[in-house]
Amino acid sequence: MRASTSPPGCIGTDGEHTLLEVSMGPHHPSTHGVFRMDVTLDGETVVKLKPVFGYLHRNHEKIAEKNSYLGSMPYTDRLDYICSLTNNWGYALAVEKLTGLSVPERAEYIRVILGELTRLINHSALAGFLLQDMGALGTPLMYAFREREKILDLFESLTGARMMCNYMRFGGCRCDLPPGWIEQTRSVVSRFPSFLDEFESLLTGNEILQARTEGVGALPGRLAVNAGVTGPMLRASGINYDIRKVDGYGAYGRFNFRVPLGERGDVFDRYMIRILEMRESLKILDQALRDIPGGPIMDPKAKLRNLRPKPGEAYGRIEGPKGELGFYLISDGGPNPYRYRVRPPSLINLTILEDMCLGQTIADAVVILGSVDIVLGEVDR
Amino acid sequence: METLEPLKGRIEAAVPGIRVEIVPNGSPANPASLLLDSGHARAAAAFLRDDPALAFDYASNVTGVDWPERTVREKIKVKRMVGGAEKEVEELSERKTPACLEAVYHLYSMARKAGPLILRLRTENRADRVSLPSLTPVWRSCEFQEREIFDLFGIVFEGHPDLRRILMWPEFTDHPMRKDYIAPDDYEYEPTPHGATLERARRHYPGGTAP
Amino acid sequence: MNGAGIIQGMIETARNFAGSYHDPERLTTVQYPEEKLPPVENARTIPFLVYDGGDAMAGLRCTACTICEKECPPQCIYIIKDLAKKPDYVGKMQLQPKVFDIDMSVCMSCGICVEVCPFDAIKMDQVFELSTSDRFLGLLFHKEQLAKPNGYFSQLHKTEAAEIDARRHEDKRKAEASAAARAAAAKPLPPGGVK
Repeated sequence: MRASTSPPGCIGTDGEHTLLEVSMGPHHPSTHGVFRMDVTLDGETVVKLKPVFGYLHRNHEKIAEKNSYLGSMPYTDRLDYICSLTNNWGYALAVEKLTGLSVPERAEYIRVILGELTRLINHSALAGFLLQDMGALGTPLMYAFREREKILDLFESLTGARMMCNYMRFGGCRCDLPPGWIEQTRSVVSRFPSFLDEFESLLTGNEILQARTEGVGALPGRLAVNAGVTGPMLRASGINYDIRKVDGYGAYGRFNFRVPLGERGDVFDRYMIRILEMRESLKILDQALRDIPGGPIMDPKAKLRNLRPKPGEAYGRIEGPKGELGFYLISDGGPNPYRYRVRPPSLINLTILEDMCLGQTIADAVVILGSVDIVLGEVDR
Repeated sequence: METLEPLKGRIEAAVPGIRVEIVPNGSPANPASLLLDSGHARAAAAFLRDDPALAFDYASNVTGVDWPERTVREKIKVKRMVGGAEKEVEELSERKTPACLEAVYHLYSMARKAGPLILRLRTENRADRVSLPSLTPVWRSCEFQEREIFDLFGIVFEGHPDLRRILMWPEFTDHPMRKDYIAPDDYEYEPTPHGATLERARRHYPGGTAP
Repeated sequence: MNGAGIIQGMIETARNFAGSYHDPERLTTVQYPEEKLPPVENARTIPFLVYDGGDAMAGLRCTACTICEKECPPQCIYIIKDLAKKPDYVGKMQLQPKVFDIDMSVCMSCGICVEVCPFDAIKMDQVFELSTSDRFLGLLFHKEQLAKPNGYFSQLHKTEAAEIDARRHEDKRKAEASAAARAAAAKPLPPGGVK
């Protein structure tokens, strides 16, 4: 806690050893949004670290209580604003569990394709931003974004918007694939592996990257499970828990893919897990694009307006690119949800940020934060 | 969906003195939840985490819910004297459900890859007796989520290592997610006036001098 | 050899740098505003109202049913109904909006108003250069600003407009056919009785 009478920045002026309190404040190029860390330093070593957020709190959960179920769908885009389609999918899954709607085959395949494309764009953006935090000043970022742009163009031609897609509906998808979309997607997906090879030859063997990330921010597996960490961070610590395999939601049961696991749980493992997950996503995309059936894209019992589920509750969760994204809905029979809750993976993954950063230098704290992969829209809602 | 009766039995056997209730769930194919009493909740949570057959080692989601007092009107059958003979008639009865705040915990088992177990803890009322035991010593993932429930609903978690506001600023005094929260009227201008928004906009420009 | 990874990374960068002079894959920057990307058919930015024919107010398809106002998530649409009715494309008398305001600074381009409209009256436009220096009313669009002709809509969303036009043409033809049949059935009998 800060002592109010001592001069700002120093705690304890007795003796030659003073601790420096630094606020890596909300306006900071490396904090991935408006995020603040109150770091207490002994020289350059982190002694205490408290994350402070709430700068982007928009009370999304209360807004959802005033809107109908469909009206909350565009707001879910804005939660994790980099991956809007997986947010939509999580919410649609929760409402489908609440109401008992079923999703036709073609819509499930479209959802898987869009979900895996979203995973690709998220992991590319993460790799780029992590390298930027380490000081690479934009070159890997721009290479990653060049590929990301191709996928965003695909989203625009299907859903109408690059980032705020608002595409999934309860019981299916909003509109069918335009002619030529599958071929365009196939060509983007077929060129992605060569981009990944280029990216890896740029970065993975790089000694500076290895020196800055190996052994930094190691997270033991048991602590990760207890702290509720999910997603690539958990798998980098060696725990095999991927909700796509465990719950088997959507059409994931039909696809053949592996779950990459790390060993030490340090930043390098987390970076490599994400690159490997991108390769697995490409495998899933190849299979889905090959096997997508024809047919309807909406459940015939689904209604757009005036959806009134029976009173009850449901928790729907998906393996988002950042971790387990869950939506908890309580319905009281009316057109608006009684309670709508988002389980944000970024917020829960931040629980052990302090434990990971203790004893490391402050430069490492930046890199560790970058590897946790937070998006403030999700942390604060 | 297997029922929760055997699990209820095991918890009652492992933590003597606990009261466990099964709360049904109205929506299709969704699991029921267990309502625990707050005195023994932490012991029950430790049992759920440490028991090798259950191994609920991952608390996925901790939610707060606000249940203000509601009047439930329902038709019930009562025996009444009608025309000299006792008959069963339907009567409209009113009862008030008690007001409380609730914390809902979704537990999963990563070791067994097993499905959700939902725990509920309820406070005694919404006004002054709003404390619940914190399950952060059992599952570390509850730390930030319980702070958020304290911030937005007002439930005080005893035993939490660092209970302070997380999303609102420290000097804020109300609890925004409660059903009776009134948002402060700090809008300067509302261009698409209709309904309540129009009334609020009119109050900002007395005399009808809106730009 | 120590430093091999860095050298390899630099080779990649050099490849990209040299490639950007002749390979369009490597140089992907579009020099906006001198160059603009071609618009995509499904893209959506702000809504607009569609009218048929030449007169914007008389041909407006909107019947002020206020479904879009109710479903709009940020509540940015404001409608006041005009009780004077006007005939629509099949001849049925419908209400019309006296006031139809959309606050574009609040609109979040979700397209839900378009999805729920039963009359194909409101559709998504693709303009995004909307900046104005008027802080209060500059982005409050009224009915006159929002109304755009069906020809404009067909230019933006070709396949959708073609479908809607075909359907409306079919409905109009059926309505005219049934009106003609009713008129023929209601004709008085010729003098001298039916042969």
